[in-house]
Amino acid sequence: MKIPFKYIFRNFKNRKLTTGITVFGIALVVFVFSAVLMMAYGVQKTLIQTGSDENVLVARKSANGEISSILTQDVVDILNTLTQVAKNNEGRPVSSGETVVVINLIKKGTEGGMSNVTVRGVSDQVFTLRPHVKLTEGRMFLFGKRELIVGSSITKRFEGAQLGGKVRFAGDNWTIVGLFDTEGSGFDSEIWGDSEQLQDAFNRRGGFSTFTFRLNQKENFAELKTIFENDPRLQQFEPKIERKYFEEQSEAMAAFIRILGIFITIIFSLGSTIGAMITMYSAVANRTTEIGTFRALGFRRRSILGAFLLESLFISIIGGLIGLSLSSFLQFFKISTLNFSSFSELEFSFSLSPQIVIYTLSFALLMGLIGGFLPAVRASRMNIINALRAS
Amino acid sequence: MTPLVQVKNVVKIYKRDKLEIPVLQNISLDVPEGEFLALMGPSGSGKTTLLNLVSGIDQPTSGSIIVAGTDIAKLNESALAKWRSRNIGFVFQFYNLMPVLTAYDNVELPLLLTNLSKKEKKERVEMVLKVVGLADRMDHYPKQLSGGQQQRVAIARAVVSDPTLIIGDEPTGDLDRKSAEEILILLERLNQEFKKTIIMVTHDPHAAERARIIHHLEKGEFK
Ligand SMILES: Nc1ncnc2c1ncn2[C@@H]1O[C@H](COP(=O)(O)OP(=O)(O)OP(=O)(O)O)[C@@H](O)[C@H]1O
Ligand SMILES: [Mg+2]
Repeated sequence: MKIPFKYIFRNFKNRKLTTGITVFGIALVVFVFSAVLMMAYGVQKTLIQTGSDENVLVARKSANGEISSILTQDVVDILNTLTQVAKNNEGRPVSSGETVVVINLIKKGTEGGMSNVTVRGVSDQVFTLRPHVKLTEGRMFLFGKRELIVGSSITKRFEGAQLGGKVRFAGDNWTIVGLFDTEGSGFDSEIWGDSEQLQDAFNRRGGFSTFTFRLNQKENFAELKTIFENDPRLQQFEPKIERKYFEEQSEAMAAFIRILGIFITIIFSLGSTIGAMITMYSAVANRTTEIGTFRALGFRRRSILGAFLLESLFISIIGGLIGLSLSSFLQFFKISTLNFSSFSELEFSFSLSPQIVIYTLSFALLMGLIGGFLPAVRASRMNIINALRAS
Repeated sequence: MTPLVQVKNVVKIYKRDKLEIPVLQNISLDVPEGEFLALMGPSGSGKTTLLNLVSGIDQPTSGSIIVAGTDIAKLNESALAKWRSRNIGFVFQFYNLMPVLTAYDNVELPLLLTNLSKKEKKERVEMVLKVVGLADRMDHYPKQLSGGQQQRVAIARAVVSDPTLIIGDEPTGDLDRKSAEEILILLERLNQEFKKTIIMVTHDPHAAERARIIHHLEKGEFK
C-alpha cells in the first residue's frame, strides 16, 4: 500500500456528516452486540462465582437442576459418613443437606408483578462450607423456627423481603431476621432458611434436593467418584465440584442470550454494513478523478483497492471503539431476570472480558470489510482515462 | 541521435458498443531529447488521445511507441504503471491535486513509488517547490492556493521524480492570462535550464509560441 495514510485519514475526517452517520450506525450495532456478550458472560461469571472449587455438590443424575433433584435422608446420612468429607474442629462433617424450592414474591415497582425466587434450606455448617457468604445485617435464623435470611439482591428487589419483614409461602408467614451478601454470586439472589423447616412446610420430610460438602483433600475427588460408581446406594447420584456444577447451570442461559442476541445483531448489522457500502460507493464516485490521477502517477490497482478498503475499515473500527466504550459503561449496571435453568430470578452485572473486546472489534471490522469491499473493487477496476475524464 | 520519443504508424480506434470511432490514423512523430513541443488542433482532433498513448495511460490499436528505447505498446498494465512512475510527469488542465493533501504531500506522491530515503525525498520536494516559487506555501492545501499556484504545485509534482518526459494537456487552459504566462515561463525554464523534454497540448497560439516547435493535428493526422 503506497498511498499515504494521511490521504485515507483526512478523507475520513473531511466527510464529517456521511462518515459520522456511518460510524454511528456501526457503533449502535456494536453496542448491542457487545452488550449481549457482556450479559451472557455476566450470567456465567455470577454462577461460576457461586460455587467453590473446594466443595462437592451431589445431585441426582437424572436431574438437570437443583430443584428437580431429590436425595432422601438415608442418602444424606451415608454421604456424611464418607471419609472424603472434611471435619470441623468439633469433628462434625462440614456439609449441608439442602432443600431447594421456588416461591413467588412481588417484585418492587411492578404493581403486583410476581417472580420466582429460590429458597434454599441449609444446615448449620453452611457458613463454614461457604465462607464467602457474609451476614450484613440482623442475625442468622434459628434452626427449628420459621425464620429466613435474605440475599442482598432479593432484599433490594422484592416486597416484604427486608429485615423484620415477613413473606408468606407454604401456608405460613416467615420472618426475615437477617441479610447476607456474597459480593455478586448467585446466592445474592436467594433466600435461606432451615432445611428441615422447609421440608416440613412443603410436606416433604426427609426430601433433600442436593448435598454439598467440603472435600477434605482436593486430590480425593477421583477416589470419591469411584465410590459413587461402585456403591449401589449411590449409583443414582453424581458428585461434582460445586463451581463446575453452577458453571454448567449457567451454560444454557448464556447460550440462549448469545444466540438470540447474535441473531438480532446480525440483522441490525446488515443495515450498517449497507450504510458503510453506500458511504464508500459515494466516496469512490466523488474521488474518481483522484483515483485516475493516482493511477496515472503509477500507483497500482491494488494500492487503490487497499486505500478504499482501509478507509472503510477505519470507519468501522472507529464505530466499533465508540460502541464498545459505550457498552463498557454497562458494567456499572446490575440487572435481574428469570434464569430458566433454575426457574428463578438471578441478578448479575454486564461483564466485559478481553475476549469480548476482540470479538466485538472483529465484528466491527467485518462490517467495514464487507461494506467496503465492492466499492473498493470498483475503484480499483476503473479505467484510467475514463476516471481522468470524469472531471 | 535517436529521438527520445518515436511514434510509429500508430492507429487508435475507440470502440463504443459496436461502433468503431477511428481517432488516430497511422500517425508518426519523433521528439528529440530536450524538445519543447506544442500540439495544436481543433477540438476532437485526437490531441489528448495521442498524449495518453505517449504517456502510457492508454494503448494504441496498432503501431509502436518507443520512449527512451522502450516500446511501451508492448508493456503489460503493471509494467506500464511502473514505467509511468519513472518516466512521465503529468501536468493536467485542472491540476488534479489531492484536495486533502498539502502542497508538500502532493508533490511527494510520485516519490512514494521510489526507494529514496526519507531525507532524500524531503530534499527533493523542497527543492522543486523552491524552483516553482512555492517554498513558503508547502503546508497549504490546494483550496488555499490560487489556480496558478495549484498548477505550479502540479508542475513540481511532475518534475520531482526527474522523469524522462513532461506531458501537459492544456496546462494553461483553466488559467487567467497572467497565471498562464507564469506557467509558460516556468515550463520554458524547465526546458532551457533543466533540459526537460516537454510535450504540451494547447489551444492558445500565444502559449504555443513559447514552444520550440508546433505540430498541428487535424482529424487524427498531422498537417
Ligand atoms: N474513451 C473514449 N471513447 C470513445 N471515444 C473517445 C474516447 N476518448 C476520446 N474519444 C473520441 O476521440 C476523439 C478525439 O478525442 P480527444 O480527446 O483526443 O480530442 P482532443 O483533440 O483532445 O479535443 P479537445 O481539444 O476538445 O480536448 C473525439 O471524437 C472523442 O469523442
Ligand atoms: Mg483534449
